[in-house]
Amino acid sequence: MPVSEAVALRAPAVRREPGKLWIVPPAALLALLFFYPLALIARQAFLDDSGIANFAEVIRVLHSRFFLNALINTVSISVAATAGCLVVGLVLALILAFVPFPGSGFIARLIDTFIALPTFLVTLAFTFLYGSAGMLNAGLMETFSLPLPPVDFLYSAWGVILAEVTVYTPFILRPLLAAFSLVDHGQIEAASVLGARPFRIVRQIILPAAVPALIAGGSLCLLLTVNEFGIVLFIGAKGVITLPLLIYGKAIQESAYQVACIIAVVNIALSLGLFGLYRFAAGRLGA
Amino acid sequence: MLVWSRSGRLVLWLLFALLFGVLFLAPLAVILLSSLADQWNGVLPNGLTTEHYTDVVKGQAWNAVKASLITGFLASALALVSGTWAALSLRLQGHALRRLLGLLFFIPSAVPSVSVGLGLLVAFSHPPLLLNGTVAIVMIAHFVLISAFTFGNVSAGLARLSPDFEQVASSLGARPAYRLWHVTLPLLAPYLVAAFGLSFALSMGELGATVMVYPPGWVTLPVSIFSLTDRGDIFAGAALTMILVVATLALLLGLERITARATGS
Repeated sequence: MPVSEAVALRAPAVRREPGKLWIVPPAALLALLFFYPLALIARQAFLDDSGIANFAEVIRVLHSRFFLNALINTVSISVAATAGCLVVGLVLALILAFVPFPGSGFIARLIDTFIALPTFLVTLAFTFLYGSAGMLNAGLMETFSLPLPPVDFLYSAWGVILAEVTVYTPFILRPLLAAFSLVDHGQIEAASVLGARPFRIVRQIILPAAVPALIAGGSLCLLLTVNEFGIVLFIGAKGVITLPLLIYGKAIQESAYQVACIIAVVNIALSLGLFGLYRFAAGRLGA
Repeated sequence: MLVWSRSGRLVLWLLFALLFGVLFLAPLAVILLSSLADQWNGVLPNGLTTEHYTDVVKGQAWNAVKASLITGFLASALALVSGTWAALSLRLQGHALRRLLGLLFFIPSAVPSVSVGLGLLVAFSHPPLLLNGTVAIVMIAHFVLISAFTFGNVSAGLARLSPDFEQVASSLGARPAYRLWHVTLPLLAPYLVAAFGLSFALSMGELGATVMVYPPGWVTLPVSIFSLTDRGDIFAGAALTMILVVATLALLLGLERITARATGS
């Protein structure tokens, strides 16, 4: 996704010509369809119907239990899922790049296509795999003659975290493989011939090369997991409400638009902060 | 080669197979299996059937496929035009303005899709801009969400383009419009096709903004998959998900082949 744009922004101008107004049509379209609605969300959050600033409702919502729970859920799920993506992505990338096997190129491309698939697919699959009547529970109950399904993590934050690790690991894998392709294999062989153990080579040669990609990929993962909606909606656990799900519930199911807008302002501010972090990290990566 | 011993490599490959199997292969395989499952009470389905597919095709599903394809096509086409237009005209701006506007064109990709939908509801529910309840608001939501993506792809393509071709064309006396149409756009074509394909794929799977704004009668594939599984009809949901996956992959592969043939690689 926005991985490549850092390059684009630093491209030198081909030439200067009169024609600066050509930017107006696409900019106006975006302003009308995106920035104007965004401004109206802020307006609806802070002003009442007569157009007077009204912070009582804002303060009430920000102190409410449902908002604080959703905020804590969103942040903790996002941090845990990103940590999982970083670990899994690093392990997969290390093996794909430095201990390749026949067909590893194809497998890397296969994982990459997960970026194009809808996120809720994984949640739906998890229902069949780990749900109370899923394959894993059925297998365990048959094998050990258990009366109740023993595996019960799917309808909790853990179910969401595992699904997000599956969906967002490719976003770590892609920049990591790009970074690893630049590592000098001769250096690794030399270290290896001189008796360095694989673990030491990973720590002293490979990991330093991977740090920028890990930071950029990790901050992108934080952003995407904070914004994730499909996975949480499909798991549909009562105890796992995140900010996007709360906005949907307040606006569509309760028609409480002002409350939805107040929560949306917080969610958008959080996302834009993470976007800034990602841009900063990706900018460093390209430098 | 990082690990020289055969046993060490085998252990790592087993670890890879385990992670890949559990995280990526198992979900896809199980969706395929469940879409074909007759009844499923044990570890494996009791029998296989294509009933879910025929049910789904007979029911409302065909409308959902149509709604998703039309939405995806129109939103991606509009995003392609506006993203290419923006990327090309940004090159004519001064450095500071180019950086600022470039950032603004990327912001839609950072805002949660549910909030994009909420904003459209708030903005376009009153005259004179009454779009709530129309098909257009779904198209707009998809356009906004994928526009940053097409803009990014086309900008990346432009950055990799060698400026020589354009300079030679203008020194030979080609006017800007002629140069754009006969030099720049053909050189950009592979990036345009790739941007179109991936934004189409994103649109096909879009859920967050769509559930906020969709009118009755324009139910996209992800929304109808959700309502099927929410009703407990998970096998039909799986069948419809397979249709979505196959349609998306066919589209991406088809566009990739077109690009490969056009560039002769």
